[in-house]
Amino acid sequence: MSILRLENVIKTYENHTAVNNVSFEVPKGSIFGLLGPNGAGKTSMIRIITTITGADSGTVYLDGEKLNNDHPGQIGYMPEERGLYKKMKVGEQLMYLAQLKGLSASAAKENIQYWFKRLNIEDWWDKKVEELSKGMQQKVQFIATVVHGPKLLILDEPFSGLDPINTNLIKDEIRRMNDEGVSIIFSTHRMEQVEEICEYITLINQGKIILGGKVDEVKQQFKENLFKIDFTGAVPADLASVNAADADWEIVKQETGSMTVKVSNDDASNRVLNYFLKSGLHVSAFNEILPSLNEIFIKHVGESNE
Amino acid sequence: MNKLWLIIKREYLVRVRKKTFILATLLTPLAIILFYALIFFIPQWTNETKRIVVKDDSGIFTRPIADSKQAKFKFSDKSLDELRKTYKEDKFDGVLHIPDFKNLNNELYIQYYSDQQIAITQKGFIEGRISRRIKDHKMTEVGLDQKQLDQLKTNVNLKQTKQTLGADGEIEEDNQEANAGIATAISFILTMFFYMALILYGQMVMRSVMEEKINRIVEIIISSVKPFQLMLGKIIGVAGVGLTQILIWGGAISLIQMVLVPFLVGRSGTANLPETEGMENEEVLAQAMNIMEAFGELNWSMILPMVIIFFLGGYFIYASLFAAVGSAVGEDQGEAQSLLFPIMLPIILGLVISMSMVNNPNGGLAVFGSMFPLFSPIVMPARLAFDPPVWQIVLSVVILLASALFFVWLSARIYRVGIFMYGKKPSFKNIVKWMFYKA
Repeated sequence: MSILRLENVIKTYENHTAVNNVSFEVPKGSIFGLLGPNGAGKTSMIRIITTITGADSGTVYLDGEKLNNDHPGQIGYMPEERGLYKKMKVGEQLMYLAQLKGLSASAAKENIQYWFKRLNIEDWWDKKVEELSKGMQQKVQFIATVVHGPKLLILDEPFSGLDPINTNLIKDEIRRMNDEGVSIIFSTHRMEQVEEICEYITLINQGKIILGGKVDEVKQQFKENLFKIDFTGAVPADLASVNAADADWEIVKQETGSMTVKVSNDDASNRVLNYFLKSGLHVSAFNEILPSLNEIFIKHVGESNE
Repeated sequence: MNKLWLIIKREYLVRVRKKTFILATLLTPLAIILFYALIFFIPQWTNETKRIVVKDDSGIFTRPIADSKQAKFKFSDKSLDELRKTYKEDKFDGVLHIPDFKNLNNELYIQYYSDQQIAITQKGFIEGRISRRIKDHKMTEVGLDQKQLDQLKTNVNLKQTKQTLGADGEIEEDNQEANAGIATAISFILTMFFYMALILYGQMVMRSVMEEKINRIVEIIISSVKPFQLMLGKIIGVAGVGLTQILIWGGAISLIQMVLVPFLVGRSGTANLPETEGMENEEVLAQAMNIMEAFGELNWSMILPMVIIFFLGGYFIYASLFAAVGSAVGEDQGEAQSLLFPIMLPIILGLVISMSMVNNPNGGLAVFGSMFPLFSPIVMPARLAFDPPVWQIVLSVVILLASALFFVWLSARIYRVGIFMYGKKPSFKNIVKWMFYKA
């Protein structure tokens, strides 16, 4: 079951196609990374999902229903460019935003107080936004995104501008909400955060999907069958000739105490390990090297731009 | 609907609670009170009583001239030259010389000598006293007394009664009487008021749109409501602010007129009134009564609701256009200027047409100006005082309301695209293209 499904969505602006026939699904309860370089069409896609703009063609389903006017109340959206009314008081502002999402005044107040307590900012109700530091404003922004209890959260670069402490605080809240069943779309180009948090990703470039799926599976799919052996002792003298005889593996990189080999089939890795074990070296580690998302990102975006 | 109400409420409260709004709203009536106070009190405070020595060569002044707060008069038999040299030693402020008039029917010149300037009010006061005395003198010469003079007094007041010839040949009289002077004044005031209100509150809407776009909250709001709702809520909210301000000012001004002015007039007494040159007190009062009467004779039960309809219609047209411009420009206030030109132009043209209309309130330009929807909010209310044909009013209202709907719709189409456009300043061509974008 998916919380969000896009089918053949197209959005064209004056003379470029921002979203080019895109289809993907976000599984319910998952943390989903929407990746892509600047200008790839992430924001255009998000604006269609959040009903800010409409698609030229194609269909979007939220929780099995075609996107309609009731859905904005079920989505929480934090844009990359943060914005609050600077002259308004924090409490009043959150009340306004929560009620615009369809909450009653009493429910809005209750939820805001709950979040104030969670983020340790109970005395902020009467503070004006302009009196807060940037990091503090981000907390308010985050509450504005989640105050109405959305079932889908869309966060565009949520950690930009946050110090490490607040980053962790928000990260923990995102994880906790995810544990409670909230699905989360996470748009970013910070790959280390994606690896840390996301289960699923979709990589887009120039309005098109380049690749997508479970993070583990994507990594498996794009692995280059590299293994790294860490060892102590002298390199065997017959290494070069053995390697030349067994065409299934080759040495890609050799350093003191470690070696990277590329295998051409699954059996070859066993033979490599066997050879090193028998050669009298002390093998301390034998690991498959999976590509980082960063590498996959750079490689594929580069390729699709060519 | 509920969300629209939330937006209206926020837009209204945010502005009404602002210190600048409260100050502007309260200070204006205070400024008016101060203005009245200045008019009524300053002459009394600043003008100390002048002591004037009078040299009368005409022989008309057989009785002393009554003293007042403005001046005290004392006659002297010394020669003029001597008086001019010694008046200061004798503790006078100046010398008034009344020459021997050859012909009292000519314009009469009298001379005042002093080293100090006399205030205009004092000048008027002296002129009033002298001319009254000369008039008395003339009356005795021709043998008239005050009673006869009163009988001679003639006050002609031209009143126009509008009439139409009915189909059956009967004369149908329009009950109300037109008074061109009052109508002109009213229409001038209405024109200025509409002109300023459209610009003031229109720009308030524009700034608010720009603020939301610049601080980027617009994206969050639009993820909850439709752009049209946000724009409309803003326009209605600011309309509420405007009406609040106008009501407070209107209330304060009526209160000042009803309470403060009679009080001040009562206090200062009629002693100041002869300042009005050559006019008797009763004449001034009579004229004031005439004005009040003519004012009351205008068909207010028709004019007031019409003023509100035209205000709202014009406001919706221009506020939505201002909102569209606000959405199209970015951070730079200067950018707005060139885009504002096509909005300011019809407002200013409307003002010009309305001002020139008073000469010919039913001429072609006036009729065109009161029909064309970008001018009619300024021209038609001003024309109402001249009692235009009913069919023209109805047609003008219909055109205005239809245009208001059209302009709000059109502006919303620009607005929904403009608020998400950052970077390069859009050209008119771009903006026209936006109107045809799919939502």
